[in-house]
Amino acid sequence: MSMNTVGRPSRPETAANDYVHPTLTGARGLLQDEALIFELGGWDKTGVDLPEASAPSDALDGLLRTAPIGLPGLSEPETVRHYVRLSQKNHAIDLALYPLGSCTMKHNPRLNEKMARLPGFSDIHPLQPQSTVQGALQLMDRLAHWLKTLTGMPAVALTPKAGAHGEMCGMLAIRSAHEAAGQGHRKTVLAPTSAHGTNPATAAFVGYTVVEIAQTADGRVDMADLEAKLGDHVAAIMVTNPNTCGLFERDIVEIARLTHAAGAYFYCDGANFNAIVGRVRPGDLGVDAMHINLHKTFSTPHGGGGPGAGPVVLSEALAPFAPTPWLVHGEDGFALVEHAGEAGAETAFGRMSAFHGQMGMYTRAYAYMLSHGADGLRQVAEDAVLNANYLKARLSGAMSPAFPEGPCMHEALFDDSWLEGTGVTTLDFAKAMIDEGFHPMTMYFPLVVHGAMLIEPTETESKQELDRFVAALLALAEAAKAGDVERFKGAPFHAPLRRLDETQAARKPRLKWKPVAAAPLAAE
Amino acid sequence: MRYLPLTPEDRAEMLGVIGVDSIDALFVDVPGVARRTDPVDLPFHAGELEVEREMAALAKRNRSAGEGPFFCGAGAYRHHVPATVDHIIQRSEFLTSYTPYQPEIAQGTLQVLFEFQTQVAALTGMEVANASLYDGSTAAAEAVMMATRVTRRNKAVMSGGVHPHYVETVETLAHAAGVATAHLPAAIDAEDAVIAAIDADTACVVVQTPNVFGTVTDVSKIAAAAQAAGALLIVVTTEVVSLGLLKSPGEMGADIVVAEGQSIGNGLNFGGPYVGLFACKEKYIRQAPGRLCGETVDADGRRGFVLTLSTREQHIRRDKATSNICTNSGLCALAFSIHMSLLGEVGLRQLAAINHEKARALGDALAAVPGVEILTPRFFNEFAIRVPGKAAELVETLAGHGIIAGVPFSRLDATAGLDDVLLVAATETTLDIDITFFAKVLAKVIAQ
Repeated sequence: MSMNTVGRPSRPETAANDYVHPTLTGARGLLQDEALIFELGGWDKTGVDLPEASAPSDALDGLLRTAPIGLPGLSEPETVRHYVRLSQKNHAIDLALYPLGSCTMKHNPRLNEKMARLPGFSDIHPLQPQSTVQGALQLMDRLAHWLKTLTGMPAVALTPKAGAHGEMCGMLAIRSAHEAAGQGHRKTVLAPTSAHGTNPATAAFVGYTVVEIAQTADGRVDMADLEAKLGDHVAAIMVTNPNTCGLFERDIVEIARLTHAAGAYFYCDGANFNAIVGRVRPGDLGVDAMHINLHKTFSTPHGGGGPGAGPVVLSEALAPFAPTPWLVHGEDGFALVEHAGEAGAETAFGRMSAFHGQMGMYTRAYAYMLSHGADGLRQVAEDAVLNANYLKARLSGAMSPAFPEGPCMHEALFDDSWLEGTGVTTLDFAKAMIDEGFHPMTMYFPLVVHGAMLIEPTETESKQELDRFVAALLALAEAAKAGDVERFKGAPFHAPLRRLDETQAARKPRLKWKPVAAAPLAAE
Repeated sequence: MRYLPLTPEDRAEMLGVIGVDSIDALFVDVPGVARRTDPVDLPFHAGELEVEREMAALAKRNRSAGEGPFFCGAGAYRHHVPATVDHIIQRSEFLTSYTPYQPEIAQGTLQVLFEFQTQVAALTGMEVANASLYDGSTAAAEAVMMATRVTRRNKAVMSGGVHPHYVETVETLAHAAGVATAHLPAAIDAEDAVIAAIDADTACVVVQTPNVFGTVTDVSKIAAAAQAAGALLIVVTTEVVSLGLLKSPGEMGADIVVAEGQSIGNGLNFGGPYVGLFACKEKYIRQAPGRLCGETVDADGRRGFVLTLSTREQHIRRDKATSNICTNSGLCALAFSIHMSLLGEVGLRQLAAINHEKARALGDALAAVPGVEILTPRFFNEFAIRVPGKAAELVETLAGHGIIAGVPFSRLDATAGLDDVLLVAATETTLDIDITFFAKVLAKVIAQ
């Protein structure tokens, strides 16, 4: 009962109808129309209380700033309100299913956040004496043990800061191993057409030429094409498994055998490890290097685009070339060998970043591993695969699965043949999903499937949420087939903004705020 | 298991809908040799309480910076982060969202990135900035690669003041890509020495201010020399708070600025995650790495933001991309932006002034210690001192007295012959009593 009319309960005065009008302020109920911080007038304001300081040293004469910087400030209440208002314009996994294929948007346990904030982890410096950070080094050692055990691989380089950084780490190790063996003439990397864009980008970035491998009609590596393209010029193959079509590469063991027989290494893109963690060890498949996105399989939050972490497990052949720092067990506990060429890391290929990697992600991932344990992680893979196959089964009547035969792994891939003749595209369909409260699936990827829609539910969705999602998609599919095209072409109608003009953004890039007329900057 | 919503009944019903008997039927494509019937050899699941106990036991074995006197810098700095920052970055909508690929439902993240880019551009004095890279060191490596694309030349010259770990990071990537590097010997006050090393093949010169020894340098002359020779000037800054007090690299003519943004909004975290700041002249933007957020309008003409110029990026350009980066440091960039909004220009200038004041107090105290020599001629909040004997051993001894005394230069570069050099930093978190105690114990230890 509402008591907002001087004590008398109120009720709607008119019946529900279709009358929709734009508001006078641009706000929409709880959704505020929020200005940029530069438009809030805080050129002389601050939200911190700091003591006064003396004038700088004379030694800095001529090196000091004289002109205004152009940074606005806000009081604490204004700051909180600004960012809370902005936050409400984001979709999030905490709000609803976030079925971005290849991204593994799973629940992020808050225990992990709490653990990462223990001062013993969050308030330690990467270069303070190693005798004072033995717990941190031990955590890295245990994380390494879990990653090696889960993958069946003998070594791991923890430092890479994201998946693509891990790819670079693996490819640099491969390059070094070839050079050490007098095989430096190998300059080609093979990758399937369906590969993540990071694979060819990484290979090219470290100096390789990329040649694509064809795909079979059932969505796997074309073995004949692979065999034909392997040779003495090939340094490595980069294959994602389960692959980007959501399928397990049935011939993976043979792929590894052929690759090794040709003198090349097998780099596995581990972005989809969530589908097999605890059930399949990549080491048993013949993999030489594989990155593990801790922000996917091990649930460290995606944070609107990072930070991630991409440790790389390595085979015996590649382990000697891993980047520094190396974690070693010394006489007095754990120690770091920090420079390539030093005793203990003579053959390291170099350094990937200034410090030891993403400690804040290690703590979260390790807390997650401890929580799940060996049994729970196996269940993670099983439920992730079960959820994806359930969606595939429920949606296949209305939408067209790209590979109808056999099970998928952790993600279900559809093409757009079922939309043919409706006038609705994959993009339109995705935007209409926004109106129904769901984040769209990954669209137009992998490139090998026309109008691809790649749906990855993850294991942290309940059957009720999956059914809610299915109901929404089936209703939309029916609307599309019934000719309700405007619902799709104009979508989204109910999001914080309507469809955005990306062409204009690229044609005349405006990459920062600029004062409109007279600069409102405060003079010194 | 508390993170898994499916019940045994759900699973049975769902297998029925799929039309298979068991979960194993969904893993049929896995080759027989790799099918595991048992869980791997690791402990089984644990409740929150048990996990907390184990994590707390590990955390306890570390001496956190806040426990006592602490003077480490060398690329990572302990600053006070307002409580508001950590509260906001834990909001579900920021913490648990993905890269903003669907702009209609990601305006929160996108507007933050647009504001972040504007803040970084202002702070560095540059025309444009990107939406962040992993950290300062990888940003430096990306900048060098970008300079080779812009100039179509193949060599990077790095000063002896650039953080040795940054140099190693750049060299690792550059050498793999076939780019030559010339790294000048470690030098406390010789950023200008790069000028003599510029030749017709030089794509860029990389200098740092304040440099790894804390020395502040006006790089205008270097900028002029580099540009006259057709090379770009890349300026590295590992302590962005310094930009509240010092002339920006942009004012001094930098073409690309890379910085470690950790100091604003982000904790020490044992080295990561941090946030790489990347800014450059507008004319080079199409060669820049990483994501860019731009302003546009929606179908109703309302202002909105989108990721833009993505034809540079790996998901579109694949092997022709300007970088392989995908996931970057979104949440750390958010923390940076919130903290910067709280500070504002007024607060940042004041914070910088306090840092400088604390470092001068530390310098005065240490200069009075017999046997200690201050080596850095002009510093912001960090400087190098010469100590009798090996700095690394001294640091261990002082740790035994409860003092985290700083970073021995030998830890960054053991081959430079600077084993008696110690890098010490002070920030607003440094107490006067910490400084007094440090000087007192140092004097005693040296005298022994």
